Amino acid sequence: MAYDLSFAKDVYENAEEGHWIKMCMQCGVCAGSCPLGPHWEFSPRQLFQMIRAGKAEEVLKSESMWMCVSCYHCMVRCPRGLPITHIVHGLARFAVEKKRADKDQVTRRFAKILWENMERGGRIGEMALTTKLYMVNGIPDGVKKGMEMKDQAMSMLKSGRLKMDPLHLSRIRGHAGFKAMLKKAREIEQKKRES
Amino acid sequence: MENQKIGCYICTGCGIGDLLDIKLLEDMATKESRIPVVRTHAFLCGEEGLTTIRHDMQNEAVNTVVIAACSPRVHVETFRQLEAPLLDRVNLREQVIWVQHLKEEDDKDVFEEDRQMAAEDYLRMGCAKVKKMDPPEPFDDPGLSKTIMVVGGGVSGLTAAKEAADTGYDVVLVEKDAELGGRVAQMLKVSPVKPPYDQLEQPPTAALIAAVEGHDKIKIYKKATIKETTGAPGLFDVKIEYGAGEYSTGEDSTGEDSTGEDYSTGEDSTGEDSTGEDSTGEDSTGENSERIGAIVVATGYTLYDETKLTHLGHGTSPDVITAWEFEQMAKAGNIVRKSDGQPAKRVAFSLCAGSRDVQHLEYCSGACCTYSMKQALYVTEQYEDASTFLIYQEIRTPGQMEDFYRKVQNEGGVFIKGDINKVASGSNGGLTVDINDKLLRTPESLDVDLLVLATGMMPNIDTTDPNQETDLSASDANSVLNLQYRQGPSLPLLKWGFPDSHYICFPYETRRTGIHAAGPVRRPMGISSSMTDATGAALKAIQTVESIGRGAAVHPRVGDLSYPSFRVDGCTQCKRCTEECPFGAINEDDKSNPLFNPTRCRRCGTCMGACPQKIISFSNYSVDMISTMFKECEIPEEDEEKPRILIFACENDAYPALDMIGHNRGILTPYIRVVPLRCMGSMNLVWVADAMSAGYDGVLLMGCRHGDDYQCHFVRGSALAETRLNKVAETLDRLQLESERVKMIEVNIMDSDILPDKINAFVDDLEAFGPNPFKEF
Ligand code: SF4
Ligand code: SF4
Ligand code: SF4
Ligand code: SF4
Repeated sequence: MAYDLSFAKDVYENAEEGHWIKMCMQCGVCAGSCPLGPHWEFSPRQLFQMIRAGKAEEVLKSESMWMCVSCYHCMVRCPRGLPITHIVHGLARFAVEKKRADKDQVTRRFAKILWENMERGGRIGEMALTTKLYMVNGIPDGVKKGMEMKDQAMSMLKSGRLKMDPLHLSRIRGHAGFKAMLKKAREIEQKKRES
Repeated sequence: MENQKIGCYICTGCGIGDLLDIKLLEDMATKESRIPVVRTHAFLCGEEGLTTIRHDMQNEAVNTVVIAACSPRVHVETFRQLEAPLLDRVNLREQVIWVQHLKEEDDKDVFEEDRQMAAEDYLRMGCAKVKKMDPPEPFDDPGLSKTIMVVGGGVSGLTAAKEAADTGYDVVLVEKDAELGGRVAQMLKVSPVKPPYDQLEQPPTAALIAAVEGHDKIKIYKKATIKETTGAPGLFDVKIEYGAGEYSTGEDSTGEDSTGEDYSTGEDSTGEDSTGEDSTGEDSTGENSERIGAIVVATGYTLYDETKLTHLGHGTSPDVITAWEFEQMAKAGNIVRKSDGQPAKRVAFSLCAGSRDVQHLEYCSGACCTYSMKQALYVTEQYEDASTFLIYQEIRTPGQMEDFYRKVQNEGGVFIKGDINKVASGSNGGLTVDINDKLLRTPESLDVDLLVLATGMMPNIDTTDPNQETDLSASDANSVLNLQYRQGPSLPLLKWGFPDSHYICFPYETRRTGIHAAGPVRRPMGISSSMTDATGAALKAIQTVESIGRGAAVHPRVGDLSYPSFRVDGCTQCKRCTEECPFGAINEDDKSNPLFNPTRCRRCGTCMGACPQKIISFSNYSVDMISTMFKECEIPEEDEEKPRILIFACENDAYPALDMIGHNRGILTPYIRVVPLRCMGSMNLVWVADAMSAGYDGVLLMGCRHGDDYQCHFVRGSALAETRLNKVAETLDRLQLESERVKMIEVNIMDSDILPDKINAFVDDLEAFGPNPFKEF
């Protein structure tokens, strides 16, 4: 049934900043402000109305919320003060939680690799990250890309912009503390979810 | 004016002294215009300049002052301080030196000569003008009343009555029903009327009724109708017929005094007593007459007929109801499907039901967005698991109602922009509403228990069909006020039947002076706006009675003391003045002579322009005065090739636009001579003939826009001038002149940038006809 509000209520309550969605007045300023707007299947405005209309599958399976580059243009402009950027990321995460998001979605994949890399050393290990990203489509493709970029890589190495650490062994100072901090954050998040 | 002694003061400041030959101007004023006192000063608007003039007023008995300096539109207050019995201004700055600039191709001597000639002509006109003026004597009448009558006891009327009474004015409140409060009193709750504007509130009527009924300055007539309204502002005599026993101050009516009981102050009746046909019975009526200063019409609205809304599903199911029905349902605390009595938890509201629709009401009804939101909250309040849908075109929540809109969104109201395509009974008893969803860009189908039509508002005034353009003199058997005016018993109406004169420029003013509209009868609006509006109208009514008390015009010529007088012995009973006065100021006496009502008059001079006998004039504005002025100008000989164009400029829009050309240092041809008129309506065709005989090559009239979205300050003045002008061809033919020598253009106050081109185009056109052959006479 159209405009069955149960999905909307789920989003309002369980997606990050989801309760804001009901305040959208559909002016379209966000859609007009987004530098990636033309590439989205649904603009934030459309996503929000689809949520109210109960179009759960279309929203959750959509690629749209994965397109956001966090430029915050929409958010500073929204006349209703919606934290759009946060909502959009919240929806992406909500889609993951609802197991509707495509595993091979490039942004999703990139986000995962980036996060794991960062968590390992406490900061980005560029060499390991680049290698991993180059290899996502298989080793031959990765080698080819690596060869194409080797001149840049060499000069970056020489100027000290890239650290020689292919196995990603470097750790930040206080790495244990960093890990503990993340653990705590996860616990808090979990508790929030359970309540 | 008797014992007139004119002083002419030429300012040499602001560049006037550098660019004009002041000596020549002085000589001209002294010798040609025979002005006894002529002086120049470098800074007339300064204290020293004013002192010079004051000195002459005291020691030289100067009682008429001509200031040849800047535009009459600036330094108004400065020169008013002189308190001269007569004062006039000659505009040498804005319309001479500031609009004439030497161009490369110009011959310097010719240019300077032309400019000097213009300055001299304007000075000549100024001196001639004051000689034809008398100081105005303000109108007074011992019977003037400052009592304010409010018609309608709904939220607007109650507010107007309370505000006027609280300010200290006596108020007479007339209500047609047995109870005060109108529609608002019958509502469950109202949308917010006070900060923070996000809570539903109790109807404000209860408190207002208590305040009004207990007010010692307010006299209330209930179950009342107005039999007739005679007279004029300050002097209205209103016959009120009222139901007895509906309201009393305490003791029951015993029948001995059938009039004393029905109004709250219990004072003795001021007018004729009741006819006393049946003074004891419950249904008996009384009749009273009240002397009234100004009237506030707050008769509210009627809702659009829902049976015409079949396209929104009205008639398909009992579950399609109007907002007013829903209000009563909610008030009874029982929001259910009408079809089967099941709880109505999913409710859709169709906004703009009949509004903003060329088939129905073309305008926005202003309040239905807000009241639908209010009603959506009723559903949420009754059912925890409610779902409400507001199907809209645009959301219009003016003023503070934007906060309320947010509140309703936050409470979960779902707004759907789209059109309803079809409404049908649903399978499980409710309704299925097919919508063309403009936000999702797909057709959607919505299952609901109730569909509420937010019907629009129509003014509750003397009209039947709001789509019908209403004739100015429309008479109406069911008139609210039953005015005894020559032009009919009703208030003239704007396009959709609202009795206003101009929403933006002159709010609250109907086209009957001293009668002010407030609330939804003036334009569609909600409760909060109505209360503000009623306060505004009450203030306007106070302004009316106070101005009239001083003999002054209320608007738009605020404070003007002059008014027309009629030399009735010359009248041919042609009825033009009585028909054309935009404000119905002139009645007819038993001999069909014009019977003028000074306090109805807005002093536009339209009657003066209409009168073929030239018998209507003001002490300081007359047909003769204007003719004399432009005849004073020097018309160059035909062989000099210097054409002369006379411009009559409406002083409300066109004249300031001309001044603005000067402020922007634009260029105007030196061949024009501008005469400001109070209103284009005061343009008398005699002037056209006179100007032609005097040798002007052309006459250009600059009036305000007319038609439906008119800008004329006197509503119909410029339109009437245009109509008169159509007759001018005849006159010109008689003079064997091309009728194109006379032209009227519409000028807006913002037109200063395009005005020079318009004038030049006219000058070019005239060139084709060659000089006016009358020059040689
Ligand atoms: S800018 Fe804000 S209010 Fe406007 S459509 Fe986007 S989210 Fe909605
Ligand atoms: S923050 Fe995201 S959604 Fe907003 S404008 Fe930037 S890219 Fe678009
Ligand atoms: S107030 Fe709203 S519902 Fe009413 S006519 Fe205007 S836009 Fe339509
Ligand atoms: S036409 Fe104008 S000046 Fe004449 S009576 Fe009417 S309002 Fe007064």
